[in-house]
Amino acid sequence: MAAVENNEIRYLNPPTVEVRKKKYCRFKKAGIKYIDYKDAEFLKKFLNEQGKILPRRITGTSLKFQRKVAQAVKRARSLALLPYVTDLLK
Amino acid sequence: MIKQYETVFIATPVLSDAQMKEAVAKYTKLITDAGGEIVYEEDWGLKQLAYPIQHKTSGFYYLIEFKASPEFVASLEIQYKRDERILRFLTVALDKDAVAYAQKRRDNKNKKAAEPQPKAEVEPENPQED
Repeated sequence: MAAVENNEIRYLNPPTVEVRKKKYCRFKKAGIKYIDYKDAEFLKKFLNEQGKILPRRITGTSLKFQRKVAQAVKRARSLALLPYVTDLLK
Repeated sequence: MIKQYETVFIATPVLSDAQMKEAVAKYTKLITDAGGEIVYEEDWGLKQLAYPIQHKTSGFYYLIEFKASPEFVASLEIQYKRDERILRFLTVALDKDAVAYAQKRRDNKNKKAAEPQPKAEVEPENPQED
């Protein structure tokens, strides 16, 4: 019996369990099928401050749409709607 | 076979309005002469570039949607390359989702143009109780 009591962990404060929100693909959820390269403001949601494309693990985009996002961003860059390299975008 | 395309070009900012119109007319004529059909045109006007191109920081953007045969696109791009007024261009083929999107975008634009935004009426509301 004594051994069992030793194994018990007691907390002074109840431990805070982090509840993470499940990520989802915004394109699948909203039913968007085509990503427009002309809409630079929208594409900025998928870029970091240096103008790099954010990975899927951060945005939660599905692979199918990540490819389309990448394509659209690259088209926008070549039309000078988005910068290739920058600092303090946004 | 006819496919739908969309082309955007950036012209130098030194052009006057008339010169810009002339450049646009040249390309629309090129498309129609080759048996293409112009679906939509949009003038974005003078825009700031995200980075300098040929030491210029702004340019006139112009968008043309058209239907043409795939062989025509190469000749259009050759014309762009030979033209010194054009800083950049991009031509993309539209698939069926893109065509649907373009249609929707056009409708939205037309709607906005048709009814100049009705100003939200400021109702004289006084939430304060006096």
